[in-house]
Amino acid sequence: MHDRLYRPLSAVSAGSSVRLRDVCAGQKLEARLASLGFVPGATLDVCRNTCHGPLVVQVKGSRLMLGRGMADKMVVE
Amino acid sequence: MNKSQPQPRELLILLAGNPNSGKTSLYNWMAGARQHVGNYPGVTVEKKSAHFQHEGQRIELVDLPGVYSLLAASPEEVIARDEILAGDASVVIQVIDATNLERNLHLTAQLLEMGVPLVYALNMSDEAEANGLTFDLDLLADLLGGPVVPTNGITGAGVQDLLNVALERAADPTPAHGRVPYGYDIENAVRAVAQGFEGDDAVSARRRAIALLDGIPDPHAPPHAVSSAKRAMERLERRGGRPLDVQLAEARYGFALGVATEASRTPAHYVRRDRTMRLDSIFLHRIWGLPIFIGLMWIVFNLVFTLGDPPMRWIESSLFWLRTNIMTVWPDTVAPLFRSLLVDGVISGVGGVISFLPNILLLFLAIAFLEDSGYMARVAFLMDRVMHKMGLHGKSFIPMLIGLGCTVPAIMATRTLENKRDRLTTILVTPFVSCGARLTIYALLIPAFFAPRWRGWVLWGIYLTGILTAVGVARLLRGTLFRGDSAPFVMELPPFRWPTWRSVGIHMWDRAWMYLQKAGTIILAISILLWALGSFPKRTEFTRDYAAEIAATADPEIAEELANLEQAEALEYTAIGRIGKFLEPVIRPLGFDWRVGTALVGAFAAKEVFVAQLGIVFSLGAADESSDSLRETLQREYTPLQGLAMMLFCLLSAPCMATIVVTRRETNSWGWALGMLFGMTFIAWACTFLVYQAGLFILTGSI
Repeated sequence: MHDRLYRPLSAVSAGSSVRLRDVCAGQKLEARLASLGFVPGATLDVCRNTCHGPLVVQVKGSRLMLGRGMADKMVVE
Repeated sequence: MNKSQPQPRELLILLAGNPNSGKTSLYNWMAGARQHVGNYPGVTVEKKSAHFQHEGQRIELVDLPGVYSLLAASPEEVIARDEILAGDASVVIQVIDATNLERNLHLTAQLLEMGVPLVYALNMSDEAEANGLTFDLDLLADLLGGPVVPTNGITGAGVQDLLNVALERAADPTPAHGRVPYGYDIENAVRAVAQGFEGDDAVSARRRAIALLDGIPDPHAPPHAVSSAKRAMERLERRGGRPLDVQLAEARYGFALGVATEASRTPAHYVRRDRTMRLDSIFLHRIWGLPIFIGLMWIVFNLVFTLGDPPMRWIESSLFWLRTNIMTVWPDTVAPLFRSLLVDGVISGVGGVISFLPNILLLFLAIAFLEDSGYMARVAFLMDRVMHKMGLHGKSFIPMLIGLGCTVPAIMATRTLENKRDRLTTILVTPFVSCGARLTIYALLIPAFFAPRWRGWVLWGIYLTGILTAVGVARLLRGTLFRGDSAPFVMELPPFRWPTWRSVGIHMWDRAWMYLQKAGTIILAISILLWALGSFPKRTEFTRDYAAEIAATADPEIAEELANLEQAEALEYTAIGRIGKFLEPVIRPLGFDWRVGTALVGAFAAKEVFVAQLGIVFSLGAADESSDSLRETLQREYTPLQGLAMMLFCLLSAPCMATIVVTRRETNSWGWALGMLFGMTFIAWACTFLVYQAGLFILTGSI
């Protein structure tokens, strides 16, 4: 068993499934993301992540397109 | 509001739900063609409502904007929340996408706090069951505190049931029971804040307390409730380590997950929407995604032309038939002014615009198809990289795509952009994307000047030019007026669905009706005005005595030539002729004469008027009355290069009045609206000048 590894969502390769720890954005944005399902503890399935451009992430049953800047601000394990 | 007399009262039913939950297709099943689209006062959110009868009961059904939550964070959320809380609704129906229970129940968690009677439409439950999901409807109804009706937005199954259940539920005004447990600490805080709302009942006090803790301003809240909420927020945020509204959302998702796992069973091997994933691997392909999109657009424009052509010719030939018959039956000695008004003003003007209805319908059909199938959101993804080059992100591309239909709703669609700079840039460049009204201009001019096999390409090229100009101008704006990073963005990629003919049909019918209404009102009025301007003042003295010269000549060709010269001289003398002449020095370098100039002035009212005015000006100017069609006349009068210049200028120049007005409303500033007007006209002039002069140089070798 290895240690828990924290990293930004943008560094997770496509096909993996991670758990959201924290979002480091402003309060307004965090609340909006939360209502879209990005709540701490939520499982995120990364469907697509190429080195640039937006990511496609499956969260709470929906596929969401997420800007790279946003994905940088999400800490996952 | 008098409860002792419930009989003839119209019941208000609100339809709430997430975006892409199938809410609108259920609404279409219930409302049919009886719907009315308007705007909520003060904001530009579309209000869709319908009045109809069910089982003898009059009903007003309102389709609320699709939202993920009721936190009042966007205009849509504010509307949805306010409409639900206004207290006029007898029942609120939430449309829940059965294939996506957990996410949809997050909204339910908030609806439960609103203190209204709730009914749930478990939409697409049959599709979900076919995929192996099972639901315990009784348990679900129990946990959600309201009846659950399985429905299908594609086939319309369950819709009658849903209305029956909604009416039953409306007879009993007690609110839905069921509450979200927020956990010990938060519940304590909610109770403490709720105590501050002394005049309210328990349900409303709890709702207002939670709203305060969610950070939603409540101007009527008692000061001690506000201060106790502020204290609780600070305490709970310290303890929870994250903003309180995030903690509340977590609790609601917790509730949603709980209900979903209790009341539904997912088979172990269940992979959600693998069809959508398969299609995404094609449409979002790293290399092929963009070419597929461009190819699809190319097919759309070709279809608009090839399929639209035969019905357009039928309409044109019946108008021609009508015109010639009126002229034969109505001799020009009887009330010649009214005869001219009818034939030259109304039929040439309005008729010319109506003949493009088939093209417009096909374009709207294609847009409705792209929207309803879920492909539109993929386009935002595909275009993200391109849009980044112009300092925007993929989401800005959707208003531009809607702009293919009409610029006005496109500018309204920019509301989904959170960042003000992104939004202003998108508003200012969207009018460069060629709209449906401008299509009428190309539909008139392209067949007049280009061989059939080039027509699709020319049209495609014009649209591409519009989009490229939008890109260029956006870059310029982002580099100068609107510097700064674009906002981070999130957007749902809805599952791919085959659009139903019904919803596409309703969409198309709406548009057709709007187009015909516009032709029957604004364009009719402007046609009559332009006809009058083109008929008065009448010229009585000519430079030559045409009548005598025509009588003297034996050659019929010279006689016709003379008659045309006489008409042209008469037309130049009229008000429109003077306006055109006044403009001519400015537009002459673009290859336009004064007649095109008058059409351009008319086009500011509505782009279709360009076509109407050319019809009027050439039919007034024609000496013999049963002469060529407008296209043949244009072909004779202008070169293909001039035709191209006209299209280019119409594409890029000042948007129509409606666009200016909606820009003023959306930006809340005349400055931006007028800046758009003059900026675009300048760009159009400069580009057309370059293209026309360069073309002239290449073709003739001299300027």
